[in-house]
Amino acid sequence: MADQAHGVGGLTYDKSKRSWPNEANIFIALIIIIAIFEILGQVLPYMNGQSFLFDTQERFDSIFNEARLRIIILQVAIIGIISLGVTQVIISGGIDLSSGPLVGAAAMIVMSFAQTELVNGNPNPKAVFGEWAFDLPVLIPVIVGLCFGAFIGAINGSLIAFTRIPPFIATLGMFLICRGIAQWWTKGQPVSFPTESFAWLGSGMMPVVWFLLLAVLCHVILKYTVYGKHTYAIGSNEDAARMSGINVKRHKVMVYMIASMLAAFAAIILSSKNLTAQTGMGQFYELFAIAMAVIGGVSLTGGRGSIIGTVLGAMVFGAIQSGFTYIKLDAFYQLMAMGTIIISAVVLDQWRQQRAAAAA
Amino acid sequence: MSDTILETRDLTKHYGGVHALEGADFALKKGEHVAIMGDNGAGKSTFVRQITGVEQRTRGEVIFDGQPVKFDGPLDARRAGIEAVFQTLALADHLDVPDNLFLGREKTKLNWLGPFRLLDYKSMRQDTLAALQKTGVKIPNISNTIERMSGGQRQCVAIARTASFASKLTIMDEPTAALGVQETAQVENIIRTLKEQGEPLILISHNMRQVMDLVDRIIVFRRGRIVANLRKEETDGQDVVAYITGAKTGAEYEGAA
Repeated sequence: MADQAHGVGGLTYDKSKRSWPNEANIFIALIIIIAIFEILGQVLPYMNGQSFLFDTQERFDSIFNEARLRIIILQVAIIGIISLGVTQVIISGGIDLSSGPLVGAAAMIVMSFAQTELVNGNPNPKAVFGEWAFDLPVLIPVIVGLCFGAFIGAINGSLIAFTRIPPFIATLGMFLICRGIAQWWTKGQPVSFPTESFAWLGSGMMPVVWFLLLAVLCHVILKYTVYGKHTYAIGSNEDAARMSGINVKRHKVMVYMIASMLAAFAAIILSSKNLTAQTGMGQFYELFAIAMAVIGGVSLTGGRGSIIGTVLGAMVFGAIQSGFTYIKLDAFYQLMAMGTIIISAVVLDQWRQQRAAAAA
Repeated sequence: MSDTILETRDLTKHYGGVHALEGADFALKKGEHVAIMGDNGAGKSTFVRQITGVEQRTRGEVIFDGQPVKFDGPLDARRAGIEAVFQTLALADHLDVPDNLFLGREKTKLNWLGPFRLLDYKSMRQDTLAALQKTGVKIPNISNTIERMSGGQRQCVAIARTASFASKLTIMDEPTAALGVQETAQVENIIRTLKEQGEPLILISHNMRQVMDLVDRIIVFRRGRIVANLRKEETDGQDVVAYITGAKTGAEYEGAA
């Protein structure tokens, strides 16, 4: 209480009440989680003293276990791209459950425009269209995918803005519709053999490059543009936003369109990385993307959160997933533990909010 | 061009069988500050809600700035130049003071970027400080979000928002009802600033001292009707209370209630 400046009218400013950025908490959580796995690796008898983080090969050129770090970041990059959009939807006070199935549907459609004519000198056995659709320039499948995403997002957003049905219901319906589209497109057949230029999009570490590029872009539009300010305002107090002259309906449509285009872009990268598209692609992605955002401090009641938080949330998610595999936890335990962690993150965050409100 | 900014003729609102407002004839001159007083349920807030378009009137006319108007909603009224501070504050809790002041009318750069045009944080911050200085509001740290502020600070932000943009008419519905002594003083300072700038004001208040300090004229509502129109110099607290309770009724309003 020492550092108090008294303003006229008894308004005081207490520096101890200044907020500690939420992102810092998540970063600390990330470090603690990595440390726990490092210790577990040393302590658990069946691990033979392996290290989670550090290189155990006694090489000169690296300290860290680069292979593992690369796998962690690759694992989260594609779902991370989806979570960048989901973050914006949740900040605006909505939710998007349709992003996972949208990945499946978009991957199928995109891949059919990215096919090559000859596979090892023979005609492409998985061809969807006739000859005209072979060896198209890489831009065509990308544009088709983004347009499909924008179309689905526009339907989501319009349903929510104009019919006033809850976002949960609108996007749940779209969830099923997109799974249906994915299966209907080729009657369940996988689509494979893309052109080399399309395969380049998701090769190697490219998914990580796209993720980071898009994260920077989304950070800038949320933090420094009118679009971002209005997204926060609508999630914070929709009536106040409307009273201030913001076109709330149009803005919501825009938010859902951007989210779905990001999910469609994730589908492009995923199908390019896997060199194939299957109807079941993107299973659970919508939930993992929401989990990343929530772990990253995005409030499900809207108005609060950031892209930096979501990126850190994605890293936490990846570290936990990778750590579970590292300590040889079975897959079914992993799912249970993941669910527990997501619930704990929300409970902790709520508790922190209440304390902050009590302190103000 | 007349010097009347707002006029209502036979303004009436019925909620089913309840006659919340009955035949209100009212006029406000440019630059004039008027208080509306009356018991709970006397029709004060109903009267304001008909003017600002929050509700649609049953009958009557509203003439604003020389034009008959019928606002579809409060946003319409705000666009026409009526700024209202309601009992429920229209602030976005997760945003800070400049963001709230400029919400929906942000200062921007690179406008060709459309919805993605960049916010001019620096200029909005400077203008916010200037606006707060002009209205005499002291907010220690304008980068704090609204959710971290006390009720009084929130009220000050809401009123500063109203006062810092030139409007043709300001309406405040019990702006100090929930405030402490010092915060009330701040709000009253803002109202004095508006008076100096010649901006007309309608103030709903229960606070007799405040009303006697601030306004030029007092309108008393009772059971949905206007029962008195008193110049401040020609009345005193006891007299006004007599009108509020029904012990007296203005000569021109005989038979009203």
